[in-house]
Amino acid sequence: MSSKRLAQHSEPLLHITKRDAMVWYKGVIIRAIAIVAALIVCSALIVLLTKLNPLDVYSEMIEGSFGTERKFWILLQNIAMLLCISLAVTPAFKMKFWNLGAEGQVLVGALASAACMFYFKEVRMGDTLPLVYEAPLSNAVLIPMMLVASMAAGIIWAVIPAIFKAIWGTNESLFTLMMNYVAMQLVAFFIMVWVPNGSSVMGIINPNTESGWLPELFGQKYGFNILIVGLLTVAMYIYLKYSKQGYEISVVGESENTARYIGINVKKVIIRTLIVSGAICGIAGFLLVSGTNYTVSKDIAGGMGFTAIMVAWLAKFNPGMMVITSFLVVFMQRGAGAIATTFGLNQSVSDILTGIIIFFIIGCEFFINYKVNLRTKHKEG
Amino acid sequence: MLNTIFAFINAAIIQGTPLLFGATGEIITEKSGNLNLGIPGIMYVGGISGIIGGYIYEHYTEDPNTALCILIPLLSCMLGSLIMTLIYSFLTITLRANQNVTGLALTTFGIGIGNFFGGSLLKFFNESGSISLMDCGAAFKMSLPFADDLGLFGKTFLSFGFLVYLAVIIALVASFILNKTRVGLNLRAVGENPATADSAGINVTKYKYFATCIGGMIAGFGGLYFVMDYTGGAWTNNGFGDRGWLAIAIVIFAIWKPKMSILASYLFGGLYILCVYIPGLSASNKELINMLPYVVTILVLIIISIRKKRENQPPQSLGLSYFREER
Repeated sequence: MSSKRLAQHSEPLLHITKRDAMVWYKGVIIRAIAIVAALIVCSALIVLLTKLNPLDVYSEMIEGSFGTERKFWILLQNIAMLLCISLAVTPAFKMKFWNLGAEGQVLVGALASAACMFYFKEVRMGDTLPLVYEAPLSNAVLIPMMLVASMAAGIIWAVIPAIFKAIWGTNESLFTLMMNYVAMQLVAFFIMVWVPNGSSVMGIINPNTESGWLPELFGQKYGFNILIVGLLTVAMYIYLKYSKQGYEISVVGESENTARYIGINVKKVIIRTLIVSGAICGIAGFLLVSGTNYTVSKDIAGGMGFTAIMVAWLAKFNPGMMVITSFLVVFMQRGAGAIATTFGLNQSVSDILTGIIIFFIIGCEFFINYKVNLRTKHKEG
Repeated sequence: MLNTIFAFINAAIIQGTPLLFGATGEIITEKSGNLNLGIPGIMYVGGISGIIGGYIYEHYTEDPNTALCILIPLLSCMLGSLIMTLIYSFLTITLRANQNVTGLALTTFGIGIGNFFGGSLLKFFNESGSISLMDCGAAFKMSLPFADDLGLFGKTFLSFGFLVYLAVIIALVASFILNKTRVGLNLRAVGENPATADSAGINVTKYKYFATCIGGMIAGFGGLYFVMDYTGGAWTNNGFGDRGWLAIAIVIFAIWKPKMSILASYLFGGLYILCVYIPGLSASNKELINMLPYVVTILVLIIISIRKKRENQPPQSLGLSYFREER
C-alpha cells in the first residue's frame, strides 16, 4: 500500500510520449497556429519599435512585397532562388547527410559561370567612335557552357565531403561548413586576379553585348530563372517520390543498416545523391550570375545557403511545401525590409523576424511528433 | 626582425582571444552532445549586449566609474548570451528540435540582433553618429601598469586587457573540469551516450542545459572582447565577421580539447592576420592565405576520421537529441 503511494508521488507532472502518426489536418492546424503566433510576436516587436498600429504594419509589409509589378517580380525571383537552393539540399537531407555547404556550392557555381563570361568576354572592335563591341562566342554556345561549368563546380564542391563521408565517415556537417569559407576565399582570390586595380569589386561583365546573359522571357528579366526553378521543383518532386533512386535515398535516411541489409550500396547512394545536390547548387549559382547579377561577389549567395536549409527542413523535404515555406521566408524578409526603409530602421530587422518565425515552426514540430500527458490518477486495484 | 616577430605574436594573441572564448564555449557545449551552430550569432549578441549595457550606463551617468564600466557590460553580455542559449536549449533539449536547423536559425537571428541594435541604438536615444564607448573601452583595455617597463616580453605578453588572460584561465579551468572531475566525467558520458548516462542516474537534461548555457556565455565573452577591447568600445555592423565559424573550426582542430584550443586559437589568430606580415604579397595571394585556417581544419577533420583513434573522435551523440523512450 505504502509503496503504491510512493510510486504515485514520484511520477512527474508532465509525461512525454511519442506519437505514432497524426491525422494530417491536425499537423496543418498546429503549424498554422505556430505561424500565426510567430506573426503576432513579430508584429508586437515591430509595433514596439515603430509605434505603429499592427494593421498598418501588415499592410506595409504586403505593400512592400506586392505593391508594384516590379516588386512582385522581385518577390518571385527571390522565392525562385531560395527555392532552388532548398531543392538542392533536400535529397542530401532526406538521406540524413547534413550538407551545410550549399552556400559554398552555390558560390563556386557562380564563380564558374563568371569565369566563362570573363575569359570569353566582349572585345572592342577598332578605336573609332561609336564604340563597337563583339562577343567571341554566341550565347547559344556560351550559356550552355556556363551552365555545364557551374554544375561541374557545384558537383566537385559537394562530392569531396561526400566521398570522405562514404569511405571514412568524416563528419559531413563540419566538413561542408568549412568548404563554404574555402569557396568564399576562392571567389575573393579570383576577383582580385580579374580586377587589376585592387578594388575587390567585380563590375558587371559584358555590359555592352550582354554576352552570357540569360535573355528576357515573357518580357521579364527574371523570367528564365523562375521557369527553370519551377521545372526543377516538379522534377525533384518526381525524383524523390517516384524514382528508384529517390526510394533508396529515403531508405538510407531512415536506417543505414536496413539499406545495407536489402542490398543498397550506401556509399554509392551517398556519393550519387551529393552529385545531384551539388549540380542543383551549381545551377543556382549559374542563375545568380547569368540571370540575375551578371557579376560575381563573395556574398552573391547572401546566406541563402543557410536559409535554404531551414526552408527545406520546415517543408519536411517536400518540394511542393517548399514553395510555401520559401514564400513565407521571402515575404517576411521583403516585408520587413520595406518597413525598415520606411521607418529608417536597420535592414537587419528582417533577419530577426525570420529567426523568430523559424523558432516557432521548429518548436511546433514537437507537438506534432510528441504527446504531452498530464499526470493521471492511478486506478485502485 | 625580432620586433616584427614579437609584434606578430602580440597580434596573433589579440586576434586569437575571441576565437578562444568561442572555441572553449563550443567545446563545453559539444561535450554534452549539442552541436550549437548558433555560436556565431551568440557572439554577436554577446558583443551588442555589452555595448547596450555600457551605452546605457555611460548615457545616464556624468562620471563613469571604472569598475562599473567593466561590470555592467560584462553582466549584460552574460545576460544576452544566456537568453540566446536558452532559446537554443529549450528548442533542442526540451522540444528535441533539429540542432543544425535551430543553430543556423539562431545565428541568423543573433547576427540580425547585433546589426539591428548596432545600427539603431543611437536612434532610440535620439543621437546620431556611430557608437563609441570611450570609458568602457578604456576600462577593458586597461593593462598592468608596469607592462611596458618589462621590455619586449612585457610588451608582447603582458600588455593586454584582462579578458585575454580570462580566456586562457577559462580554457584551463574547462580542461580541468572536463578531465579531472566527476562533473566532467558525467558531462562527457552525456555527450557520448546519453542513454547509458541516464541509466547510470545522471540527469541528462540538466547536464545538457548547464553545459550549453555556460558554453554560450563563455562564447559571448568573445564578442564582448571584440567590441570592448579590440575596437575600444565601437560597433561596426558585421565587424565581427566570420570569426564565430572560425571558432567552430578550432574546436575540430583542437580535437575537442580545451587546452589544445588555446594554442589552436592563437595559431588561427596568427593565420587570420598572417597576410599583413608577409612582405610583398599580392592582393590575390592574401585571399589565398586567408583560406588557410579552413583548409587546415578540413585536413584535421579528414585525418582524425581516417586514423579513428578513439580519444580524438567527436562526442558520439553529437547533433542528436535524446529522448528517453526511444532506444
